[in-house]
Amino acid sequence: MSQEELLKQIEQLKLENSQLRNELHLTSTKAKPTDSDSNEYPLTLEEYHRYGRQMIVEETGGVKGQIKLKNARVLVIGAGGLGCPSLPYLAGAGIGTIGIVDNDTIDTSNLHRQILHDSEHVGMLKCESAKRYLNKLNPNVNVITYPVRLDNTNAFEIFKGYDLVLDCTDTPITRYLVSDVAVNLGLTIVSASGVRTEGQLSILNFKNIGPCYRCFYPVPPSPNSVSSCSEGGVIGPCIGLVGIMMAIETIKIILDIYNEENFEPFLMQYSAFPKQTMRTFRMRGRKADCKCCGSNPSITKETIESGQINYREFCGSCNYDVCTAEERITVQDFENNYHKIEKKNYLLLDVRPPHHFKISHLPDTFNVPVKTLRNMDGSIEELQKYIPEVNKDSEIIVMCRFGNDSRLATRLLKDDFKITNVKDVAGGFFKYIDDIDQTLPKY
Amino acid sequence: MVKLRVEFLGGLDVVFNKQRTYDLDIPSSGAFTIKDLLDYLVDKMIDNPKDVEVFIEDGTVRPGIITLINDADWELEGELEYEIEDGDVISFTSTLHGG
Repeated sequence: MSQEELLKQIEQLKLENSQLRNELHLTSTKAKPTDSDSNEYPLTLEEYHRYGRQMIVEETGGVKGQIKLKNARVLVIGAGGLGCPSLPYLAGAGIGTIGIVDNDTIDTSNLHRQILHDSEHVGMLKCESAKRYLNKLNPNVNVITYPVRLDNTNAFEIFKGYDLVLDCTDTPITRYLVSDVAVNLGLTIVSASGVRTEGQLSILNFKNIGPCYRCFYPVPPSPNSVSSCSEGGVIGPCIGLVGIMMAIETIKIILDIYNEENFEPFLMQYSAFPKQTMRTFRMRGRKADCKCCGSNPSITKETIESGQINYREFCGSCNYDVCTAEERITVQDFENNYHKIEKKNYLLLDVRPPHHFKISHLPDTFNVPVKTLRNMDGSIEELQKYIPEVNKDSEIIVMCRFGNDSRLATRLLKDDFKITNVKDVAGGFFKYIDDIDQTLPKY
Repeated sequence: MVKLRVEFLGGLDVVFNKQRTYDLDIPSSGAFTIKDLLDYLVDKMIDNPKDVEVFIEDGTVRPGIITLINDADWELEGELEYEIEDGDVISFTSTLHGG
């Protein structure tokens, strides 16, 4: 067939397609009694008043668009740094049903970014706190809470009945699970993430034609490269902005701004420092060999629910279990047999990064981050640049924030530096604060 | 000689002297591919040999890092075999997971 003939055929098909669409549209509008064609005022007066400012934005499609929002059922997984900024905009816009999945409770350290929660409700379930806020914001919205941790066994039951999922979770393990379940149920995912000063945003499995999380990331990252907000830190408004962008994408999907013809896979990257930048990268399409959304999938409802797909195993985890029981002491031991004694003949080494150490630390402590120790390749001379009196016979007590890096450091000091008398403080500086001295600041 | 810009986003700048953007003039005769660029970055721009594994695994970019050629996923452009042209912007970004 010549190129001309092909083009002609495409034109004919396009025409036929648009005719069919029109017909379909007409039948569906006839069938819906709530539509503006059959009912002059399909919304309540209060709803016209409430949503007026967005309905008069032409792009929303006015009343028709508002009814799409009202009929939409959206599931938000995680009511934290991303869920909090996105939820009130979804509820405010009049999305009819919003589900919230989160089994975590509010901690004071969440409040700088998880703005639906407040100081009076520390300890409350995040999903319930969010529901309180949303009910007050917009009583027209039906908010359903799921105070459970999403897993292989409950995900299908929770996702069933929703049109769209927002992935506001915080580990690759859950991100693969959310994507796999959504693909199997044919749901579009608005997916975002952020840490420190940066964020990323994407639409996955768009109407079952777009790429899924596994198309982007067929191989999981190594566990030691994964940083959470509690480890890496995060600036509240940076992750907040990304959460708000999720709400925008969600509204656009519901309003059919994206469709099968114009949707192009993308990844947005927001960087806040030093200058704020927003980039949109053009991404790969759905991969034919994808294990989940490809032509021959091995990740199905059956293999997920049976546990055959093991997300923990797939993503792996850091192995901190590198010290024997004899190589570790409790914070009580440390307090009674080391810290409290007058004449100190041991060295206290804190292996946290210096910007952590600066916030708070014990007196008479040396600070050498575990990364710096590793870079010394076991050279005592290098270590002496930081701790002049150290030698192979020194007794060293190692501490970090939670007692993970200190175990790795203990191993390095014993095996690489050949220092024989090294002990790790189990649970680290924060455990010491909790159990021994609560006057010290925890962050 | 090929003139290009490389960018390290999503925290990857930590292994490149904490600098996010570099404009490079790399001497080369003939085709200079992404594979050649990776070798160059490892040889000339990662000071600490222990940091190489943060960036490279099994001869290619480590899983969890997205490579972009002029703001497009490298998979759309030929991945390691793509021949870099003057003025190209090659970006590497770590995937973020926090939320």
